Amino acid sequence: MSWFKKDDRKIKIPEGLWIKCNYCREIIYRKEVEKNSMVCPKCKYHFCITIEERIAIMLDEGSFKEYDSNIYPVDPLDFKDSIKYKERLRNYQKSTGHPDAIIYGEGMVNGYPVIVGIFNFKFMGGSMGSVVGEKILRAAETSFNKRYPLIIVSASGGARMQEGILSLMQMAKTSAAIARLSDASVPFVSILTDPTFGGVTASIAMQGDVIMAEPKALIGFAGPRVVEQTIKQQLPEGFQRAEFLLEHGMIDMIVERKRLKETLSQVIGFFG
Amino acid sequence: MPKELLDFEKPLIEIEEKIEKLRSYVQMEDPRIYSEIEKLTKRSQSILDRIYSKLTPWQKTQVARHSSRPTTQDFIELIIENFVELHGDRHFADDPSIIGGMGRFNGKSVIVIGHQKGKGTKDKIFRNFGMPNPEGYRKSLRLMQLASKFRKPILTFIDTPGAYPGIGAEERGQSEAISKNLFEMFRLEVPIIASIIGEGGSGGALAIGVGDRVIMLEHSIYSVISPEGCAAILWGDGTRAADASETLKMTAQDLKKLGVIDTIVKEPVGGAHRNPTIAAQNLKETISKSLKEIESIPGDKLTIMRYEKFRKMGVFKE
Repeated sequence: MSWFKKDDRKIKIPEGLWIKCNYCREIIYRKEVEKNSMVCPKCKYHFCITIEERIAIMLDEGSFKEYDSNIYPVDPLDFKDSIKYKERLRNYQKSTGHPDAIIYGEGMVNGYPVIVGIFNFKFMGGSMGSVVGEKILRAAETSFNKRYPLIIVSASGGARMQEGILSLMQMAKTSAAIARLSDASVPFVSILTDPTFGGVTASIAMQGDVIMAEPKALIGFAGPRVVEQTIKQQLPEGFQRAEFLLEHGMIDMIVERKRLKETLSQVIGFFG
Repeated sequence: MPKELLDFEKPLIEIEEKIEKLRSYVQMEDPRIYSEIEKLTKRSQSILDRIYSKLTPWQKTQVARHSSRPTTQDFIELIIENFVELHGDRHFADDPSIIGGMGRFNGKSVIVIGHQKGKGTKDKIFRNFGMPNPEGYRKSLRLMQLASKFRKPILTFIDTPGAYPGIGAEERGQSEAISKNLFEMFRLEVPIIASIIGEGGSGGALAIGVGDRVIMLEHSIYSVISPEGCAAILWGDGTRAADASETLKMTAQDLKKLGVIDTIVKEPVGGAHRNPTIAAQNLKETISKSLKEIESIPGDKLTIMRYEKFRKMGVFKE
């Protein structure tokens, strides 16, 4: 269910001064994008950002405390494709500085305490294996115990193929935790960012009491390429973009990054 | 040839043809013919036995997808009494890729839900090859909640290549439908027994697969992605599906080892399609046993046990 190929979304422009927009394909001065919270000044496409950048945008300064940073992935299936899964993990751990594709912890949004989980798309396409599932579960359980609202920021190609059926089971496991949270009337806000697909959309991402998405984020069950191959026609303009989901009633709102914190605090404030 | 033989069953061709030929002579009432048929049948059984005792994951995949493999409909006919099919999700449509309804199992009322792949080209197209749209999952949820309301156990039968990846499915919220089922299944205060009878294709399978007991037929498969899809992503070559099927650990035997399923149900020699009645009997026995283990547990305790069961899934180090 990881529909994206490994290098699909890499921007093939020399690292440095310029950056190419994934949406409008404009070549933009990198500094200008960075100044704008990694949003394309031409079309408002929201680039994938790092966990650290997300925390800075969303939470009160210095409020974030990470939990369970010592959970590491293993290779339960002894999985090997072009390289061994173990080796692939090591490479991503080196390049991202994180043990797996999500972190979670406690922080504040305009003074409101929250539990936050943030996917890291740069770690194996944000794919959900045992570690991601476990951390989402623990985030939800922490949220349950403390009665703090849960916020999950998704960016994921789906379930992690390299952990096979165990990855599929993470969909059930995380859903269990969210259902329990819901029964305790603890709010869960799901934020969908570019891209969110497969097993993540088909589990926790769509289970929010309130679901927000970033402008132009690609969100769906099956990846656009798979849909195209199945129906053997060109896909309609804007298919699976956040705007498409809003139009079809699948999400509550589209929120620009610069207004994210303010909107979140409004929503959390409502739940009180 | 009697039945559609799979590649690896080729050693049987000659012998089955001989049996067939001899059968056409039985009116001659020569006792030697009978004894010869008996001898050959025994031999063919032992060959089958040998082949099926060491199927590779890819061979199992072919058995699990065999066009004569018993479907949900067959199992309903063989183990459910007084089945009444119920239709529609009450929102948009009735999805023929999933069959659901009420019936009796060992004389007791149950709700039954299962994917239906279809038989023969026309029916397969009608059933969308067992690939549900969101409506199928919403119908399932409606029926599961009906079961919960009236305190009846739920039996699900899983046999799908996966949820349908179409434009309409995306527009109408395929992910929402699946995610909602996963969410709600943890809240149902009645026993859920999920049986994988053929192909357990990813989220589209799991969406009716959150069971207190999860059972698999001996030659069925259950995976996060199809071996073809996995091969296409990993090696850019869908024809390396056989390799992918080894790598993915998707057989009933592998899943039992990984602690993802509870029980494996023995199939008749040569696969469930060679004798659906025996396959159904075996499955019935296991479902009965599983149901007995949990049917007297109070609903609120059952949901806690279900939570704990799935909470434990996953392997990592800390």
